[in-house]
Amino acid sequence: MKEELLRIESLNLNFNTFDGDLQILDNVNIAVGRGESVGIVGETGCGKSLTAKSILGLVPSPPAEIRSGRILFENRNLLEMSERQMREVRGTKIAMIFQDPMTHLNPLFTIGTQLVDVILANRQQEYLEKPASRSQARDLAVKLLEQVQLPNPERQIDNYPHQLSGGMRQRVLIAMALSGSPRLLIADEPTTALDVTIQAQILRIIRDLQKEFGMSVIIITHDLGVVAELCERAIVMYAGQVVEDASIHEIFENPLHPYTRGLLRAIPHPGKKEAKLHVIPGGLPNLLNPPSGCRFMERCEHADQQCLAFPEMKFYGENHRVACWYSEMTSHA
Amino acid sequence: MIKFLIKRSLLTLLMLFGLLTITFFISRISPGDPAALAAGPDASAKMIEIIRKEYGLDRPIIEQYLIYVKKVLQGDWGKSLHSTHEVLIDLVVYFPATFELVLVSMSLAIVLGVPMGITAAIFQNRFIDHFIRIISVSGVAIPMFCLGLLLQYFVALQLNLFPLGGQLKMMTDPPEPVTHLILLDSLIEGNLEVFIEALHHISLPALSLSFPALASIIRVNRSEMLETLKQDYIVTARAYSISLFRTVAIYALRNAMLPTLAIIGLRFGWMLGGTVLIESVFDWPGIGLYAVDSVINSDFEPIIGTTIVLGFMFMITNLIIDLVYSYLDPRVRDQI
Amino acid sequence: MNDSKKNSWQERHSSTLRTIALYSRTFSRNGSAMLGLLLVLLFMLTAAIGPWIVPFPEDAQGVIHMERKLMPPDHVHWFGTDEVGDDIFTRVIVGTRVSLQIALIITGIAVLIGVPLGISAGFIGGWVQELIMRITDIFLSIPGLILAIAIVGALGPGIVNAMLALSLVWWPGYVRLVQSKTLTIKNELFIDAATSIGASKFRIIFVHILPNCTSPIIIKVSMDMGMAILGSASLGFLGLGAQPPEPEWGAMISISRNYLPTWWWYTLFPGLAIYLTVLGFNLLGDGLRDTLDPKYRE
Repeated sequence: MKEELLRIESLNLNFNTFDGDLQILDNVNIAVGRGESVGIVGETGCGKSLTAKSILGLVPSPPAEIRSGRILFENRNLLEMSERQMREVRGTKIAMIFQDPMTHLNPLFTIGTQLVDVILANRQQEYLEKPASRSQARDLAVKLLEQVQLPNPERQIDNYPHQLSGGMRQRVLIAMALSGSPRLLIADEPTTALDVTIQAQILRIIRDLQKEFGMSVIIITHDLGVVAELCERAIVMYAGQVVEDASIHEIFENPLHPYTRGLLRAIPHPGKKEAKLHVIPGGLPNLLNPPSGCRFMERCEHADQQCLAFPEMKFYGENHRVACWYSEMTSHA
Repeated sequence: MIKFLIKRSLLTLLMLFGLLTITFFISRISPGDPAALAAGPDASAKMIEIIRKEYGLDRPIIEQYLIYVKKVLQGDWGKSLHSTHEVLIDLVVYFPATFELVLVSMSLAIVLGVPMGITAAIFQNRFIDHFIRIISVSGVAIPMFCLGLLLQYFVALQLNLFPLGGQLKMMTDPPEPVTHLILLDSLIEGNLEVFIEALHHISLPALSLSFPALASIIRVNRSEMLETLKQDYIVTARAYSISLFRTVAIYALRNAMLPTLAIIGLRFGWMLGGTVLIESVFDWPGIGLYAVDSVINSDFEPIIGTTIVLGFMFMITNLIIDLVYSYLDPRVRDQI
Repeated sequence: MNDSKKNSWQERHSSTLRTIALYSRTFSRNGSAMLGLLLVLLFMLTAAIGPWIVPFPEDAQGVIHMERKLMPPDHVHWFGTDEVGDDIFTRVIVGTRVSLQIALIITGIAVLIGVPLGISAGFIGGWVQELIMRITDIFLSIPGLILAIAIVGALGPGIVNAMLALSLVWWPGYVRLVQSKTLTIKNELFIDAATSIGASKFRIIFVHILPNCTSPIIIKVSMDMGMAILGSASLGFLGLGAQPPEPEWGAMISISRNYLPTWWWYTLFPGLAIYLTVLGFNLLGDGLRDTLDPKYRE
């Protein structure tokens, strides 16, 4: 078992809207070890992105409201930190890359300017010397761009975001993330906005960098293929609840939660003849008034009265936990 | 960039011809005989005929147009019946005062308006935001001439804090004309006394003239700042602990300034029109006052001349704004 | 067969009704927009019935009562009297109708000229678009008030010429607005779909393009009404618009300024009337934009 780096404990998050309180995250528990790569999987709207943004305190606080829970990073609760303390963490200890690199870069400034500003804003760097001036920072920026395999970094650094392709822009964001040599990298749907061929390249870069620097990585995605490619462990979320948490091998070979099984069944296999695509019937629950227990209840074939109470996590070996009353049953199904 | 400059300059030139076409058209739509108009109300029938021949008013309309354009380009803008000078000479004499007033007013509007807009955006929905918004909403609604009259009455007359009108006191000698802008010339001459007096005199007119533009700039800047601060790239800046100052004043401001620039351009046009009103209220010796006096005296050529000058000034300003815009927004540069 | 006849008007237009209900709800929550609406309704009401209930109706036409000239506000003359003894309250109230008429005519003409030109430019494209847009650009490059003064200078001062001049200043704005909206809509997929099933060009314009233009046009009209009143008041102030004894607010101030500062009420009340009216239209226009323009909805 690796030493623990990040632990999200019993996180409850609400959104105050005009129509009422949306209970977005319900008792989320996630732990990430040093150097571990974890994937958070789920469909759009399940709260995985918000969970990640909460780590860095990037969720705007009205209208969002954290009702309870802790986020422990290196044993300090991030939720209780002041803004100044958080600034020490953001970018340097924990860095994030985002889904759409086009909108996440300022179109009016060169990527060089933006990268240099990030470098200069980093409070500490562990493996490289902290640059004192803009020109030193610029040299470092070029080196970072080389590391993310951006072709011709000396020239590209003076280009504007719209002059770069999608893949290149994402590499710039990755370079920004690396600049502070973070211990934890959070990648929020890093390849969703990119072409399939570029996806593979970006994933490879992330994997190589992770190995080289020993960072922990959280990958947020709805694509199980990405998880299989990059992660040691996968956490499945549904409607703001964590439903299954297991090693990659276990998730694919032995999925225990009905939702996870539904997800895996829904992946079409080329070569296999199927009459109909498997779907999980039903839709997301209304978060204004969610069911009291398991939120997957309405769509689950095994559900009954007991599911009105939120199932405790059941453990199957060291690496596998499931939130379902009927996981025993399904594991042998 | 150079290509862009050339292209836009050519376009401006074309627009100038369009402007001349419109002024020509306007001068021909007046009811009655254009020759009689040009000759003035006291001219005899013979005078009118001489004028008609001289101005080519008996030729077909296309020829008249070409004669007109040629004359304008050669500097013959007609004669003012009232001042008996050449219109172009009159305009050259009166233009600097208007230019100075508009320059000071626009600078005031931008220098005050942009920071106020930013402040209102940062402190959204707090007291300062509401206060600033009231100013900005009222500012567009108050008629400029009313504001001028009000300031004249309360601040100048009652409180005696500012002069009632004019550029300088009656007895004061203007400084050596280098740029013909009194404020600048007095500084160049090192004459601090005259500078302060000129500043004193320009304050109320500039404040009145700038107020609607100030209000507009505050509004658009505030709303654009609010929009910009919601953008994803600002989240990125936050995620990497970039300082608040840099995020707002350097990053967000540039994004917000783009639409603000467009509004500044629009408001400049209204301001040029407004000089007529403000010069009228404060007895400011500019071309606005010249135009109004001309209209009252049924003196037609000066009105056309003023229109050409102010129209051209507006076109040049729009050209400059387009250039600044393309400097700020690299995406536009690549499109050209 | 009978069932389709049973579909009431309400049912068929239920989505439109729902949209209207949503807009009304959003609008009514907006404080300043409601204030604007209130001021505009007050303005309209005053214009409509005001002239019938004023205390001194003959003063609106400038009947001379030298014996009560330049009296300060009191319980009889709420706004005081002017230099010929006319009740200023009456003249301001009647002036409301004058202003409304001016604003409606100016904006109306501008819309009637500008919108068809804009749709034509956007829809037909090619040299027609180039021509229309170039002419529009040239008009827009002349500062509005200056162009109006030049036109009035050519035609002679008077309220009709002022309205004509201001209409010519305003129509280009609508061309630009409508042309760009038409272009955007024209490029939408559903237009291609409509054409491919045989919709005629007229049908496309009237059924698809025009309705989508109405929101921005309504917003602009609301703002322009206020600006038109400012414009005509400015011309009046310069002596170029309505001529005395017409009770137009700007014209009143052009005379009242000679009586400052002693007889201040003569300037204050017409000025206040202009301010409140323009404020009302501006707030209303803002409120409409916040409600109707998807970019501004929170």
